[in-house]
Amino acid sequence: MTTETLLSQQQAVIAEVLEAYPDKAKKSRAKHLGVDAPDGVKGACDSTKSNKQTIPGVMSQRGCAYAGSKGVVWGPIKDMVHISHGPIGCGQYSRAGRRNYYIGTTGVDTYVTMNFSTDYQEKDIVFGGDKKLKAALAEIDELFPLNNGISIQSECPIGLIGDDIQAVAKAYKKETGKPTVAVSCEGFRGVSQSLGHHIANDMIRDEVLPDGSYRKDFESTPYDVAIVGDYNIGGDAWSSRILLEEIGLRVIAQWSGDATYKEMTTAPKAKINLLHCYRSMNYVVRHMEQEFGVPWMEYNFFGPSKTTESLRKIAAFFDETIQAKTEAVIAKYTAMTDAVIAKYRPKLEGKKVMLYVGGLRPRHVIGAYEDLGMQVIGTGYEFAHGDDYKRTKDELAGSTLIYDDVNEYELEAFVKKLKPDLVASGVKEKYVFQKMGLPFRQMHSWDYSGPYHGYDAFAIFAKDMDLAMNSPVWGYTKAPWESK
Amino acid sequence: MQDVENIVNGQKLFLKPEYQEVFKNKKQFEGHAGATNPEKVKDVAKWMTSWEYREKNLAREHITINPAKACQPLGAVMAALGFENTMPYVHGSHGCVAYFRSYFTRHFKEPTPCVSDSMSESAAVFGGLANMKEGLRNCKALYKPEMIAVSTTCMAEVIGDDLDAFVKGARGEAEGELDSTYIPAAHTPSFKGSHITGYDNMMEAILKTLTPEEEVAKDEERINIIPGFETYLGSLKEVKKIASMFSDKIVMLGDHEEQWNTGAGEYKLYAGGTPIEVAKSAKGAKATISLQKYTTPTTGKFIKNEWKQEYVTCNPIGLNGTDAFVMKLSELTGKPVPAELAKLRAQLVDAMQDSYPYMHGKKFAIWGDPDFLLGVVSFLVEMGAVPVHVLCHNAPRKGWEKEMQAILDKCTFKEDCHIWMGKDLWALRSLLFTEPVDFMIGNVYGKELYRDTKIPLIRIGFPIFDRHHLHRYSISGYEGCLNLLTWITNAVLDHLDEETKDIAQTDYFFDCVR
Repeated sequence: MTTETLLSQQQAVIAEVLEAYPDKAKKSRAKHLGVDAPDGVKGACDSTKSNKQTIPGVMSQRGCAYAGSKGVVWGPIKDMVHISHGPIGCGQYSRAGRRNYYIGTTGVDTYVTMNFSTDYQEKDIVFGGDKKLKAALAEIDELFPLNNGISIQSECPIGLIGDDIQAVAKAYKKETGKPTVAVSCEGFRGVSQSLGHHIANDMIRDEVLPDGSYRKDFESTPYDVAIVGDYNIGGDAWSSRILLEEIGLRVIAQWSGDATYKEMTTAPKAKINLLHCYRSMNYVVRHMEQEFGVPWMEYNFFGPSKTTESLRKIAAFFDETIQAKTEAVIAKYTAMTDAVIAKYRPKLEGKKVMLYVGGLRPRHVIGAYEDLGMQVIGTGYEFAHGDDYKRTKDELAGSTLIYDDVNEYELEAFVKKLKPDLVASGVKEKYVFQKMGLPFRQMHSWDYSGPYHGYDAFAIFAKDMDLAMNSPVWGYTKAPWESK
Repeated sequence: MQDVENIVNGQKLFLKPEYQEVFKNKKQFEGHAGATNPEKVKDVAKWMTSWEYREKNLAREHITINPAKACQPLGAVMAALGFENTMPYVHGSHGCVAYFRSYFTRHFKEPTPCVSDSMSESAAVFGGLANMKEGLRNCKALYKPEMIAVSTTCMAEVIGDDLDAFVKGARGEAEGELDSTYIPAAHTPSFKGSHITGYDNMMEAILKTLTPEEEVAKDEERINIIPGFETYLGSLKEVKKIASMFSDKIVMLGDHEEQWNTGAGEYKLYAGGTPIEVAKSAKGAKATISLQKYTTPTTGKFIKNEWKQEYVTCNPIGLNGTDAFVMKLSELTGKPVPAELAKLRAQLVDAMQDSYPYMHGKKFAIWGDPDFLLGVVSFLVEMGAVPVHVLCHNAPRKGWEKEMQAILDKCTFKEDCHIWMGKDLWALRSLLFTEPVDFMIGNVYGKELYRDTKIPLIRIGFPIFDRHHLHRYSISGYEGCLNLLTWITNAVLDHLDEETKDIAQTDYFFDCVR
């Protein structure tokens, strides 16, 4: 398809979907949809409205602040118990769904895949639940003596009924001397997961980073770094860590995939914080820069091109020994990834992809697809801000449909019109597109595969995309007796 | 490094020596006991299997750990999807809806339509009326439902939104766009009851809304069946099949079978479901049968009081339950039990007699919803098995325990059987360590119990995210009972093979014929 026809198709389909809305919603949605290209002209990435209220009554794919705090930022810290504070549902629906891998004896010294809930009943709503919370904290400490702290993740009612969880946490912390952090991340706050990330970051800033006990005797080296904003989904942080260690750096902390409380407190000892998911953890790296003077740098470990570029950028911050080692590491792995590309690119070349994810992935994975010869023709974020879209522009290779907080109605229409060969999004969307006979990969959970970060992971990514695109099952949709 | 000829994902990648080295090296920076004091982890893990720990664990009152229940609106979504061209609409934050949709979708491997009106801070201050007004119109414009079934989240309940007034207000200001749309609305606070309560409240609201004000023609042959929070789609199919053997005037109210079982080729937002017109004439039926007594008390009350017809409950899981259901249909239709059903029953009983030695005397732990448990525990007892731990986190206060006890009283080993009401799966962990069983029956959350206790898990229940297609089968009726028998017997046999496969050690018992 020529750029021109693609562009006109993209513009036409936006006009088409907007027609379905009542006036008010149409006006609002028009500001979130557009087309952009890398040619320097102002496009949708410069103007798209984002981080705004979702219009009511649609199937938005967005989550809530609790999901952003408990589900994303705090939940993966493995040696702390995270309480879903309020009614039973939130903790149950979010239990063990995110594939935050960790090493530990679950239930004994680590707790990530478990669900701790205060299971609010009507009486707690009416009379308040602070006493219950206090008693719950004590029960946890009695039954899980090896926990290294407790976080309290508020669900909607907490902030509405006026419970003072901050006071309960403070008192308990004073009494026991153990980290006890109350996070007011009620689901109704903000417009998406995003505010939950911010609130969660603020509580790390206020309640975790001031704890200098592990920093006191910390023996630093000139090569200490922290991985920030990697939730170790399917082991992503591990396949990143190995590269940083191979180029001679020392990863002193992982935030927050496979993290321990101790690592959360030692990150300020890093010479530089390496930030993968900008959206969910930019707040706290900025704080560490101001408070502790630790600089930070964004990187992208999806696909060999971006991984190599990022490794060089990271190495440039350090000395020549690191830079030399980095080149050796790049050379070593490039031989492998070149072989992966030689194996899979011919089977994937020219295929078109539409993405709809959150965090960093709508822009970060574009390069990985391009390494396989695939073209991203549409992308969008569930909960981005303007700075995410600005960063996206740099990644675009051609005319690209941009959609912010796209709902199911719109995404379905876009896909039907632009006919990508692959849709890469979340579980709620997965079966909609598979029903249409379209290959689909979940890009939140790596569709139960992964990791996808780093060189080794790229081999898995390539294999998974090939598996999705070239499975024989997509050929059976039409029965042999049906006319063509 | 990856071998391009044999690319492995995380499962095997991290077993490679270079990654094991990464894990080892990471420990020096870590603070969990596994890194700082591995011996202590062993000691505490052992203590956690003790009677002392069990007593502390069972005395726990304030923190729930690994629950076996969810919240009301989840059930409301299922009830809504049982009706044709109906969009579930959750009045509250959209985060909740993202959770309900993911939860069902991970279980059924199917899309789950549901919208929310995205309430946030401003709604918390001013109420959610503006959201409702705009939300209903947008929903109608985009998804063109015949019915929009409104339920609430805890947020809307806490701020006290007046649901009926809101719906009325929204309708009034919709410039006629909502005039032909049915909009039942149910209060489904998450801090009361569980997902089955939400099913009940939404079902009642839908039936109330669809009951015409004018007199409905009486049809003495018509019988309604309400399935309840039934996650086995094959069960819905089989119940309908059994009913059709008696009469073509038996209809299901809230038939969500097809919604989560659509074919490849085209995505349909709505699929199947009880037609609105069929629901509207339900009042004229002779009787309504609920297949989940403890899931539908409010709906039952409505039917008795407003429809003034016979309301009965049956639980067609297991042999006895299916017999009772079949006889009830025979009684209500005045028709004898069809020969075809008698044949299915005979085939089932024959199969039970073939397999009974493998279930007899085997000890089971089982958890799930109250009605599910009454059915499956009854089947275990029918087979001579011993339901040692019957755990119902969302057990109803009235009547259920007595009914369950009556089933357990029939057990050959009744003194070994215990009912655990209101307990969670962390409590069950202690029970399993101190009073072990041979097998567990339950949902995916039993997986960690299996890892920790090594007791094999037979996946029957909801949700099941980590095995495919089980929900397509029936666990109800005679054929469903045969599925239960097959799954459980073969799980026992698989385990027997596992235990007897050691060469020159145990494999004398590794028989080819069982």
